[in-house]
Amino acid sequence: MGILTLNKVTKNFGGLTAVNKVSFTVEEGEILGLIGPNGSGKTTIFNLINHYYPVTSGEIIFKGINITHKQTHEIAMLGIGRTFQVVKPLKRLSVEDNIMAAAFARETTFAGARKVAREVLEFTHLDHVANMKAGALPIAGRKRLEIAKALATRPSLLLLDETAAGLNPSELDEAIDIIKAIRSELGITIIIVEHIMKVIMNISDRIHAIAFGTTITEGKPEEVAKNPTVIEAYLGTDYH
Amino acid sequence: MEMFLQSLISGLLVGGLYAIIGIGMTLIMGVLKIINLAHGQMLMVSMYIAWVAWYYLGIDPYLSVFITVPVVFYLAKYISKYLLNPLIEKDSILPENQVLMTVGIGIVLVEFMRFIFTSDYRSVQTSYTGQAWHIGGISIAIPLFWAFLFSIAATIFLFYLLMKTDLGRQIRATAQDRLAASLMGISAEKITIFTYALGSALIAAAGSFFLPIYYLYPDVGPEFTAKAFVITILGGLGSTVGAIAGGIVLGLAETLGATYIAAGYRDAFGLIIFLLVLVFLPGGLKSLTKV
Amino acid sequence: MENKKFFSKGELIIIFTGLVLPLLFYFSPYAQGLLIFIMMWVVLGTSWNLLAGYTGQVSFGHAAYFGVGAYTAALPFLHYKISPWWGLIAGGIMAVVIGYLLGVVVFRLRGPYFALGTLASAEILRIAFGEEEWLTNGHNGILYITTWVTKIPYYYIIFAIAVASIVSVKLLMRRREGYYFLSIREDEDAAMALGINTKKYKNISMIVSSFWAGVAGAFYFIYMGFIDSETVFALHNISIITILVGIIGGVGTIWGPAVGAIIMVLLQELFRSAIFGLAPQWVSGMHAFVFGLLVIFVILYLPGGVVGDWELIKKKLHLKSNTEK
Ligand SMILES: Nc1ncnc2c1ncn2[C@@H]1O[C@H](COP(=O)(O)OP(=O)(O)OP(=O)(O)O)[C@@H](O)[C@H]1O
Ligand SMILES: [Mg+2]
Repeated sequence: MGILTLNKVTKNFGGLTAVNKVSFTVEEGEILGLIGPNGSGKTTIFNLINHYYPVTSGEIIFKGINITHKQTHEIAMLGIGRTFQVVKPLKRLSVEDNIMAAAFARETTFAGARKVAREVLEFTHLDHVANMKAGALPIAGRKRLEIAKALATRPSLLLLDETAAGLNPSELDEAIDIIKAIRSELGITIIIVEHIMKVIMNISDRIHAIAFGTTITEGKPEEVAKNPTVIEAYLGTDYH
Repeated sequence: MEMFLQSLISGLLVGGLYAIIGIGMTLIMGVLKIINLAHGQMLMVSMYIAWVAWYYLGIDPYLSVFITVPVVFYLAKYISKYLLNPLIEKDSILPENQVLMTVGIGIVLVEFMRFIFTSDYRSVQTSYTGQAWHIGGISIAIPLFWAFLFSIAATIFLFYLLMKTDLGRQIRATAQDRLAASLMGISAEKITIFTYALGSALIAAAGSFFLPIYYLYPDVGPEFTAKAFVITILGGLGSTVGAIAGGIVLGLAETLGATYIAAGYRDAFGLIIFLLVLVFLPGGLKSLTKV
Repeated sequence: MENKKFFSKGELIIIFTGLVLPLLFYFSPYAQGLLIFIMMWVVLGTSWNLLAGYTGQVSFGHAAYFGVGAYTAALPFLHYKISPWWGLIAGGIMAVVIGYLLGVVVFRLRGPYFALGTLASAEILRIAFGEEEWLTNGHNGILYITTWVTKIPYYYIIFAIAVASIVSVKLLMRRREGYYFLSIREDEDAAMALGINTKKYKNISMIVSSFWAGVAGAFYFIYMGFIDSETVFALHNISIITILVGIIGGVGTIWGPAVGAIIMVLLQELFRSAIFGLAPQWVSGMHAFVFGLLVIFVILYLPGGVVGDWELIKKKLHLKSNTEK
């Protein structure tokens, strides 16, 4: 049994079925890539996992606990951290205070939270901007801060939603290194959503592909990349 | 039974007046995405203008529409342009700074009028003041009736403007999605400023029709502001039809509540319904009909 | 949010000044009265600032807690001749209870709807307390012969309350609670994803905030010796002025409300006395007008308030004096 299981999860927005009976399991220690064209329902799946929206039907099991109807903050405390595709920095707080606010999830004292924050700052290479207001960070920094905040809550499962979008090549390499280190050094399981093929193919152990809210296929990156339905639905004909 | 019918009719008529307050506010809320806590103050300003026109120039309050509307329109236009619009780009800790600005504007308007006219109650004496038609045992106050007719006319005018004209389409587009509207070549800024002025002009017209009905004093402004937001929330934000429904519901609730429950609580009924709707029916009355 | 000494040197000087100030005005009950009002507004402003400035829940109905506090001191006195002094504690507690109950309703709302919800709840209380004559003596209000004729003891009591309220906010803001309040203010959705039980922490903020507003209300009755529902539940004179005190001084700053309170009370007095009788009498009617203009000015040019934008103000003043040279 994996760390997280989605069982026939469905979400309707009025008449639109954004997620349609999606099922998958993430194994402990794994990096699972979640891919699909724009608007296929990837972010919505994350929003269902952390109960940002209630599911229409289906269930979500995390570490043997049914979290389908738990509240967002409870799910975070159970150990699921997430980043937001549209970043949500606490704008008027410094970068360090952003991370400290997150660190208080497991720490009760100021000193304890600060210690965690310092570690995370270093781990995510944000230490040089620690005192900057989060709202003043450039986009790469904001994306990184999303990861840093999620990490500071000490999750055992991390949901990364397009944290590499909008980065230049050198920032991209740095981001890939950090994501790899999150698993190898911190032992955190990851579900990653990414449009950039270089990232997703390079990082993922397995890939789950969806289109129009429905699962197309699941498998090893090289298998998925060869799957004709995926190529048609997602990669387009000019993918090599 | 007669008492009930009487309350019902009074409630409906008053509700019609409230609807016109609500429509102006709805328009502003829809486009500016703010609660305009100076809305009733615009009504008050208009009433004072109408009162001065009547008292010093002998102009019938109904005719003073031709003065109150343009004056308040321009007043609101400048307020919107120089006081509200600049705040859009300003970073402030409380996202409600535009709302707080309308509070400041409201205070200035009320206190300015108090300074000039004192807190005394004023009213106009016209041939139709205090007159009523009697049908069976039920009486219909004539000024209330005219104001009601005006409300209907104003509503039709507004519908026509919003639905059939280019300007109306631009307003609706801006209300729906500011960014998309700008991308389509609409000047969201201009439309925003215009909408605030239009909503205020609407309530200014109402002012001319209210003067023969209500006493006038500076604090009448805040009182109508409170009614305006109750109506708007009742009706569901940004919905003109909703605002009419909200106005009528408030009018009925006040009149029937005052008759059958307790007169002193007249102003509380609206607020209680308001809280209930806000919490249990976040979309307002609109959400009851829309699937 | 550095973990340095609790009070800086400057802050200790301010507090010390507050301690000796009434002695400087020993022979002027008039000045002492102003000082008392300033301190009362410091408490109200600080209370509002915790909920609005730090937690982002902009209350337009702080009169609800102020009024409940005042009536908690007054009602047992009216009916059972129980000393209103108990109200200083009971009023705070009662305001917390009401705040909690109202919170069940208003915390379901966000942003401007929260503002309107709080406004409406305070207004409902105002009407109800005015109407229920059997309980509150209605619009005739409740009268109490104050304990002391001299004002000095009142000053020190409200001064102690003001300092305590500021200390409580300061304490909270350097703990987990403070970080959570700020997170909720900055982005409620992000806060939830960080494991923050936003409802719970909004309630904590509300509890502390309503407590101090309630204490201020109880003090008001004890000091003034008279209340009615129109005074203590006033939308404009309490709820709105509380907000303006916060905005002018600086939302989300520890000392902002104090600065705002000083500016508000002194400005009001300056105009009410027609600038010490130097200006023509008609000026005395203009204090609220000028205050409104000040609010507009601050929102336009000093969105952080006097304290929040102090650096900006200093720079502007500095530039001026430089160009004058
Ligand atoms: N709150 C909402 N209300 C209504 N529809 C929504 C909502 N959120 C998402 N949708 C719709 O659900 C569908 C899936 O959206 P989602 O954001 O999950 O896609 P995505 O796969 O993350 O896309 P992208 O790659 O562009 O980020 C879209 O059609 C979107 O418009
Ligand atoms: Mg997405």
